[in-house]
Amino acid sequence: MQPILEMRDITKTFPGVKALTNVNLSVMPAEIHAIVGENGAGKSTLMKVLSGVYPDGTFTGKIMFEGKEQKFSTISDSEDIGIIIIHQELALVPLLSIAENLFLGHETAKMGVINWYEAYARTKELLAKVGLKENPDTLITNIGTGKQQLVEIAKALNKKVKLLILDEPTSSLNEKDSDALLELLMGFRSQGISSILITHKLNEVTKVADRITVIRDGSTIDTMDCSDGTVDEDRIIRAMVGRELSDRYPPRHATIGQPVLEVKDWSVYHPHHAERHTIKGVNLTVNAGEVVGIAGLMGAGRTEFAMSLFGRSWGQKITGSVKLHGKDVDVSTIPRAVDAGLAYVTEDRKTYGLVLIDHIKHNITLANLEDVSKKGVIDDIRELQVANGYRRDLGIRSSSVFQKTGNLSGGNQQKVVLSKWLFSGPDVLILDEPTRGIDVGAKYEIYGIINKLAEAGKAVIVISSEMPELLGMSDRIYVMNEGRFVAEMPVAEASQEAIMRAIMRS
Amino acid sequence: MAQATETSRDKIDILHFVKANIRDYALLISLLIIMAYFQYSTNGTLFMPVNMTNIILQNSYIVIMALGMLLIIVAGHIDLSVGSVSGFIGAVAAVFMVQWKMDPAISVVICLALGALIGALQGYFVAFYRIPAFIVTLAGMLVFKGLALTVLGGASVGPFPKEFQLLSSGYVPDFTTVQLFGQPFNVLAMLIGVIVTALIIRANVKERSNQLQHSMAEEPSMIFLGRNILIAIGFLGFTYLMARYRGLPNVLIVMFALIVLFTFITTRTTFGRRIYALGGNEKAAKLSGINTERLILLTFTIMGALAGLAGLIFAARLNVATPKAGLGFELDVIAACFIGGAATTGGVGKVVGAVIGAFLMGVMNNGMSIMGIGIDLQQVIKGVVLMLAVFLDVYYKQKAG
Repeated sequence: MQPILEMRDITKTFPGVKALTNVNLSVMPAEIHAIVGENGAGKSTLMKVLSGVYPDGTFTGKIMFEGKEQKFSTISDSEDIGIIIIHQELALVPLLSIAENLFLGHETAKMGVINWYEAYARTKELLAKVGLKENPDTLITNIGTGKQQLVEIAKALNKKVKLLILDEPTSSLNEKDSDALLELLMGFRSQGISSILITHKLNEVTKVADRITVIRDGSTIDTMDCSDGTVDEDRIIRAMVGRELSDRYPPRHATIGQPVLEVKDWSVYHPHHAERHTIKGVNLTVNAGEVVGIAGLMGAGRTEFAMSLFGRSWGQKITGSVKLHGKDVDVSTIPRAVDAGLAYVTEDRKTYGLVLIDHIKHNITLANLEDVSKKGVIDDIRELQVANGYRRDLGIRSSSVFQKTGNLSGGNQQKVVLSKWLFSGPDVLILDEPTRGIDVGAKYEIYGIINKLAEAGKAVIVISSEMPELLGMSDRIYVMNEGRFVAEMPVAEASQEAIMRAIMRS
Repeated sequence: MAQATETSRDKIDILHFVKANIRDYALLISLLIIMAYFQYSTNGTLFMPVNMTNIILQNSYIVIMALGMLLIIVAGHIDLSVGSVSGFIGAVAAVFMVQWKMDPAISVVICLALGALIGALQGYFVAFYRIPAFIVTLAGMLVFKGLALTVLGGASVGPFPKEFQLLSSGYVPDFTTVQLFGQPFNVLAMLIGVIVTALIIRANVKERSNQLQHSMAEEPSMIFLGRNILIAIGFLGFTYLMARYRGLPNVLIVMFALIVLFTFITTRTTFGRRIYALGGNEKAAKLSGINTERLILLTFTIMGALAGLAGLIFAARLNVATPKAGLGFELDVIAACFIGGAATTGGVGKVVGAVIGAFLMGVMNNGMSIMGIGIDLQQVIKGVVLMLAVFLDVYYKQKAG
């Protein structure tokens, strides 16, 4: 059988950097082809070459699609022949409806006048194909990320897709939504539509992919055929990082001490819908040197709980008590929470964590400028020493601390955010999805940092949607569902099944 | 051989550095080119001592307001009301001093406080009710334009007491009576110029040695040397011209002190740093424990006080408060910031840039007036320059990726 897509000897250079070197990729008809590699390996660059973001002539090599050589000069050239890419950051307009988004730029219109009956009818058809039961009138902002992803895919179907490229489609989805999405891809496969799946989640790869191409440092390392039974996660990781990763989680040596943080009867209402009781009477204790995980599905209220605790940065009508080291503390504003010794590392580092247009040094000291200044005047040298110290200790890979954080990879950005909060000298660190969108190597480093914090006697709370991560990192796990803590288990008794059972039973 | 590769590497460094800071150099070079052009086309009038002094007097209030506007723009907001507020404060000052015969010093203090209060009031709505600054200050612009008219009863009020006029028309008196080319030469002005130049260069050298010590110096030494020579020539040449006329105007001292203060605030203080963080990513700044509301309130308060000061200077200069005072000032002030490289999206901008931007507009106004270009065409040319400056900004940013 002839491949539907062949990319031959693709080489792409940016000023001073060779991003891709002789990369080869072939995708068969009706195949799910996974591309894996660490952040910065060149996956996104390759997809930008394929979709025409980098027009023909800015790279060398050949692109063959359905047996014909293609030269794309814009994205619409590749879309016209059926190559559709769905980016990590969704390109939907939040305040327009599903139907309006689906046909944006391709409106069902005559002479510029939109035929809404036709638009709605076709929207319903397309939504049915992706298994989404929503009214075409619903605004994008009112549906969750998982459903938004499905709308994006429906949009692709509308454009007569032959090859669907998904860039990290499940990074912000919970397990249920991820599974639904993967099922959908398998459904497409049986209809003859090929997909390229870029992801960091190896369990997904081994579950659905027919073949896997591993890219490292801008070159193809290997293309594995999953049908021959020799492909497992370890083999993929070895190819990705170029070395053995004997253990996915570093060893832990922390000794657990006295309670540091005690939260009692924490109750929060939704900031915009005063009648929605989002967090219902949560009790939580974290001890010194302990890593406590909070498991739960997307929308269980974990982030909302963490943010409401952190200076009431989410929600309204907040009640409950917070004790630190046995004493009642006031955490009613963010500055007070920071002063009390709380730190919250956000799940969305680009929106809530970093000033992307500013460099590493300024970002690291932002939450604790007092410690690098006297009477409001910043001591440049001291600030530089602090920033260089964290850059070295946490292994932030950059040309210097004067590099803009917007130009760093996800893992290094996360390390900058962590540095910022470490420098604020907290007793309690709340880490919300600390490894989201980060490659295997950087994840391991982040785990190491978390362990070191625990060893230093800090109380650490980790919120994560990846259950293996929680099981590998925590001492104790709380399970949250619909705003309540429905179970608490020491990690020795915890398992993915036990957590799911607790959620389902509640 | 080793020497040769060393020099070629230095050259690459210099080129790289210039490229990375092209925006700053382009601005300075544009100012120099424009000055050279007008010097030529006005047959040397531009650099005459009396004209140089005039440029300072004519633009001081724009520069002063541009300092506050820079903070506001960096914070991600805008203030359209500054022209009206300055006019209103000028009018209030006239009522105080001319109609009520109040003491000038007390009047000035009250007027500045009133300006700050107006700024705080507008900032309050922006900070705590999240009403876009564009709307709040547009409303403020109308309100204070109207109030200025009301206060003055639609007529011009003046003249001001002598002491108050000195704010704009006074000069730092000399202690000598030296003559140069048959004209009085203000030795004190020249002396101050030399001292200030020396202080600036000393501060630069100290900063650089500090940077070298901690290997954080990015600027190649050739550029550092060139920059300081340029600063020296600029400052000494400028004070020489000032000294040949009547010395340093009082308002120049005020303006210079404020420029130094605001440069310090933006580059060295936690307050300044937080404003940049606020404009760069408000959500991240807030979650880092920064009291963003108070910060916004403060920047608008400072802007209000500076608008008040500008209003006083303008009134003192005209020696009369007119209902039309301050009309359209906001446009020059905002243009100065954007020409100076501030970003409309916030988080980016330098005090020096805004000051150069203001003088760039000022020199053009002055040069074109001397050349006899009509006010109509002047507007067109200024508009094109603003557009060009911002276009180049965006263009280079896109090119840089």
